[in-house]
Amino acid sequence: MSELETAPVPRRNMELLLLVLALAVAMGAYYLVGINSDEGLSQEFISQGLILVGLALVFHVVLRIWAKYADPVILPVTVALNGIGLAMIHRIDLAKHDDTAFRQIMWTGVAMVVAMIVLWTIRDHRVLRRFTYIALAASVLLLLLPLIKGLGVEINGARIWVRFFGLSFQPGELAKITLATFFAGYLSSNRELILLAGRKVGPLQLPRSRDLGPMIVAWLVSIGVLVVQRDLGSSILFFGLFMVMIYVATARVSWIVIGTLMLVGGGTFAYLTMSHVTRRVDGWLNAFDPDIYHAIGGSRQIVEGLFGLANGGLMGTGLGNGSPYMVPLANSDMIVASLGEELGLIGISAIVLLYLILVSRGMRAALGSRDTFGKLLATGFSFTLALQCFVVIGGVTRLIPLTGLTTPFMAAGGSSLLSNWIIVALLLLISHNSRRPMLSGVSATAEVATKAPRRSPGLLESIKEHKR
Amino acid sequence: MNQAIRNTWIAVMLLFVLSLGALSYVQFFAAKDLNANPLNNRQLFKEFDLPRGAILVDGKPIAESVATDGQFKYQRVYTDPDLYSHLTGFYSLTNSSTQLESVMNDELTGKSQDQFFDRMINLFSGKENEGASVELTIDGKLQKFVYGLIPDGTRGTIIVSEPKTGNILAMASKPSYDTNLLAVHSSKQAAANMKELLTVPGLSPYRNPAIGNLIAPGSTFKIFDMVAGLESGKYKADTMLANPPTIKLPGTNTSLPNFEGGNCAARPEATFAYIVAQSCNTPFVKMSEELGKEPFQDVTERFGFGQQVEIPMRVVPSVFPQDPSPDELGLSVIGQKDVKATPMQMNMAAMGIANDGVIMEPNLIKQVIAPDLRVLSESKPKEFSTAVSKDIADKVTDLMRGPVKSGTAVRAQVPGLDIAAKTGTSQLGDGSGLVNSWITGFAPADDPQVAVTIVFEKIDFKTGSSLTSPNLKKILEAVFNQ
Repeated sequence: MSELETAPVPRRNMELLLLVLALAVAMGAYYLVGINSDEGLSQEFISQGLILVGLALVFHVVLRIWAKYADPVILPVTVALNGIGLAMIHRIDLAKHDDTAFRQIMWTGVAMVVAMIVLWTIRDHRVLRRFTYIALAASVLLLLLPLIKGLGVEINGARIWVRFFGLSFQPGELAKITLATFFAGYLSSNRELILLAGRKVGPLQLPRSRDLGPMIVAWLVSIGVLVVQRDLGSSILFFGLFMVMIYVATARVSWIVIGTLMLVGGGTFAYLTMSHVTRRVDGWLNAFDPDIYHAIGGSRQIVEGLFGLANGGLMGTGLGNGSPYMVPLANSDMIVASLGEELGLIGISAIVLLYLILVSRGMRAALGSRDTFGKLLATGFSFTLALQCFVVIGGVTRLIPLTGLTTPFMAAGGSSLLSNWIIVALLLLISHNSRRPMLSGVSATAEVATKAPRRSPGLLESIKEHKR
Repeated sequence: MNQAIRNTWIAVMLLFVLSLGALSYVQFFAAKDLNANPLNNRQLFKEFDLPRGAILVDGKPIAESVATDGQFKYQRVYTDPDLYSHLTGFYSLTNSSTQLESVMNDELTGKSQDQFFDRMINLFSGKENEGASVELTIDGKLQKFVYGLIPDGTRGTIIVSEPKTGNILAMASKPSYDTNLLAVHSSKQAAANMKELLTVPGLSPYRNPAIGNLIAPGSTFKIFDMVAGLESGKYKADTMLANPPTIKLPGTNTSLPNFEGGNCAARPEATFAYIVAQSCNTPFVKMSEELGKEPFQDVTERFGFGQQVEIPMRVVPSVFPQDPSPDELGLSVIGQKDVKATPMQMNMAAMGIANDGVIMEPNLIKQVIAPDLRVLSESKPKEFSTAVSKDIADKVTDLMRGPVKSGTAVRAQVPGLDIAAKTGTSQLGDGSGLVNSWITGFAPADDPQVAVTIVFEKIDFKTGSSLTSPNLKKILEAVFNQ
């Protein structure tokens, strides 16, 4: 990790500058939606705009106090994405005489406050390692919640929601965090064992069959989510998350090979036996077949999304001038199509690049992190964001079958906002811990230098860490 | 471990590159195809939110877009919908649009070539594109009058046109329908209304009978026989022709009679003029044997059979059999069996004879008017074809005076008006005993101002003949004694 030995600079002023820029973009988008609508600039522009600006600035101040050395790009990019999403949701509201944007700004507020609390209470991400198995238990609980009678509800064929006090929530979104925490904790503790044991077949070093255990568990969880909750998107997400984390932990390509085989096997099984998966794949392959287009649960959604994107073309129709509301779920699952229509290829590409920057900064934090747990956690979180973007954009553009995943920070939905803001808070913490000055100056590994993890890492790990 | 993270980042990059590639493909390379996809009704939805131009008759709108609070910003409203349904057609999201609403869509939505500069100005000033209005050649009063002549429950069509310009003054058909029923925004309601309209016998909201119904023309076809006969040089008005009461169709044992009880039976031999006036059949069958199929095919083609005619709605091309056997030809020349013509086609036949052999392109559009009342384009009379020489046209006109003076169309006589017309009756041949009853002609014969075509489909002979010649009389009285 010698490449990271730079003089620590907080760079909070840079963050403030970028934050002003991000808020200008978001408010600009909101403003354009207002003036391009019949009603003109609305009251909401002022109120919701002020809430967003206030929240962003408070978050910035919180970082100045508790995570001074955190990456200065992550917060502005996230605020920009959240703000543009809010503007688009407001735009769809205007067309549908709805008030989703208000709920979205409220959830943004809740999510950012929770994220700040996470920053304040946790301070050092390594604390989380203590909760490795609690995180596993929490994951299982979260995933099972929607199945409880009276609590869980089925929406659009997927049983991934719970409803209480009139509020719907997707616990699976939070399971992303707890699962990543468990994987990171488990793998950072056991990686040396998994690394050293096993037979070599050709160029591949195969893992021992008992080390395959967690992989199989992850695979079963994914399949379980798919079968029981009928949620293809989350199933892919969980499995991808685990595959990447075990690959990063072991640097063994064999895991990728085994994982891919399991994915192909599971996918084929799902396609052949599960009607909702079959329908998705058929709707993907023969989207323009009029019969499939008109069928209930057919390809109308994806085809309308494509028409919207095509309508936008290179330059876009301009915010408020297109007809993104013609696409079902225009402000949630299909918000990428809405953005693509009104902002054009140029605008949506800029948004995709924002995601790329966000994910890259997250992985930069992973690279810089001084402990295995942090590396795994940051890589896992960053990869989740990237995979979510890919699954959504690929689905909307018909590159891959459409699944019901949310576009991080943009799609309407509180659960997704909450979990993604928590992820951002944790990435900020990891980057802060990787960039802040060493407490004891010369110590080579943070694992030794800090007291946080109760369970001490093996000697072997420290040695290997040095060699790299 | 860091190497693995870097590899993961490369994989992430790959995912983003794939995403951007897919977006570029959809939004740039495939955009044109997607926009043109038949499932794509975005364009239509956009149209429904724009002010669409009106369709005008005598300066007053018969179809216009009215601002509304509903699902879209504008609702298409038709005044006198039954009177004009087959001309305007309807403008519907669910059932698409038809007739003028369909063919004049570019003008009505402001997308035509003539409106290019207005669009450019609007693009920079940020104003909405407004559609232009389309004014018709229709004479509102005459339209209403001829529509009233068609009894409810019959299947009738009346066309009145100007032979010298091709302008259509009236074009009405029954059964008709309320176009407003199909223009409703609710797709459910529109579909239900369409379903109900389709149960009305003889009505298709998708077809204008005047230009879309192919009907055996019966003896009105003899206008073309006259041309063929006169052009051959073998027939003149005073040529004596054998007029047997029945004739065997060439090459068969089927015998074809002259119309029973008519005046034809009185004369076993008669002049060409007489057999035209009385509409005897047997001499024409003989003519077909003598001349062969070519002259008939040639003449009908010159008059517009098998040709593309747009008024601006597309007229279904009329049909003369390609390769008839002699007996089929014998039936075709008296307008039966395989020969089929639209009312518009038989009106064009009268227009051509009336205008010294030159058929002017039939036309419904007078002018296109911009929202600021500038005239964007004005229709000018165009020649469709020179069907016959002036000499032949004059001779046919003379022959066509016969039926009105002393033949099958005496009931069309208007005192002091020189009228040329030809009647026709074609058997349905389905055992129902019903016929299609026709008359097509023009007046005044020496300086034609109007060409009129009347046809009633699937009607009993007596009712049919009481609705053709007498109605021609009423229409001509209305036109000339206003």
